[in-house]
Amino acid sequence: MSPGLFNDWIVIFLMMTGFYTLITRGNLIKKLIGLGVFQVSVFMLYISMGKVEGGTAPILTEGVVHYSNPLPHVLILTAIVVGIATLAVGLALTVRIQEAYGTIEEDEIRELGGIE
Amino acid sequence: MKEPLRQHLILRMVSKFLIPYILLFALYVQFHGDYGPGGGFQAGVIFAAGIVLYALIFSLHRARRAFPDRAVELFISLGVLIYGGTGILCLLRGGRFLDYSVLSTHDPIHGQHLGILLVELGVGITVTAAMVAIFFAFADRGRA
Amino acid sequence: MLLLAGTALAIVLLRDLFAVVMLSAIFSLLSASLFVLLDAVDVAFTEAAVGAGISTVLMLGALALTSTREKASRNFQLVPFLVVLLTGGVLVYATLDMPRFGDPQAPIHQHVAPRYLNASMREVGVENVVSAVLASYRGYDTYGETMVIFTAAVSVLLLLGGGRKRSRTELEPPEEAP
Repeated sequence: MSPGLFNDWIVIFLMMTGFYTLITRGNLIKKLIGLGVFQVSVFMLYISMGKVEGGTAPILTEGVVHYSNPLPHVLILTAIVVGIATLAVGLALTVRIQEAYGTIEEDEIRELGGIE
Repeated sequence: MKEPLRQHLILRMVSKFLIPYILLFALYVQFHGDYGPGGGFQAGVIFAAGIVLYALIFSLHRARRAFPDRAVELFISLGVLIYGGTGILCLLRGGRFLDYSVLSTHDPIHGQHLGILLVELGVGITVTAAMVAIFFAFADRGRA
Repeated sequence: MLLLAGTALAIVLLRDLFAVVMLSAIFSLLSASLFVLLDAVDVAFTEAAVGAGISTVLMLGALALTSTREKASRNFQLVPFLVVLLTGGVLVYATLDMPRFGDPQAPIHQHVAPRYLNASMREVGVENVVSAVLASYRGYDTYGETMVIFTAAVSVLLLLGGGRKRSRTELEPPEEAP
């Protein structure tokens, strides 16, 4: 039990918060936000793995020896942009569901026979 | 989103002042990405944020007149084409796909610089246009 | 970080979706500042611009088209809570094997990253290693990435655009109403 794992634990807490929102809330927008929280927690996991004690941002400068690992940064950079793309598609689907069923609550949609 | 925030004087003046700088900053981020933090993704998002701010403060109608649908849709694919075209150009010059070193005849480093510049430009254009198109699509629904 | 955790909790508990969207913007901004602390300046930049900017605007746009209140349901549900607790417990158990935070000897720092850090100046000649890896070493990935954005934009336009013909006729009357 060393303090070196504090970041990981916060990440897990956030991940589980997002997960809980995702599985218990019926509102589709709330679900998407929960998914967003989950996503950010994964980003944090990657970025904290890339951190090196005493390192600095991976922009090459004279006189600096230690840099943080640039690879997770690249992966997460693209992941964030994919995240916003999927969020936009999800919201668009939600809007269409609202127009078709008049509600975005999952159970009400099910009552209306939306989900077989 | 139905009623533009035009009547708020402070919002209008501040955003009028800020929007050119936001767009300029986006361009700086785009082309300075090689040396500092930044690149096509960030620049595209910032540029789109400037346009979205314009559409929110002044009217959606004016924003759409400045950035017509057809142009936005064209730019979405133009960015991808620039990226892919850079890769094809590398192939044509005898290298591998997206191997920028062959782009310059005398110095592979210059080729790399050129390649990264082009590729980031493609990414920036696509991201900007895509974000603007998505925002316009949402805002349009709200008025219908 | 505890602030982040608190914001996340508030996101789960609040019912007013407008407040939740605002909180998620704050959440993004907080995580962006955390990324700066962890030396990921590029990522922080993107997170601040995307999370606190564009995604909030999109969510508000979607809220304007749907309802801003979440339907009241039972706040506490036992079975999902147990599932979450169990998963979280397993994950915490798994972290005990993780390398400690900031450890330069961690496996992740041993393999590809040193090569990028050492050789990118010679091979690519760009100071920002993240840019070098993103655009040059991993050009294929970024290309796929751009394709994802392209696809997302096209699908949103298909879902919400409703055809250009309709929107053009709608645009015709000038919006000069008082």
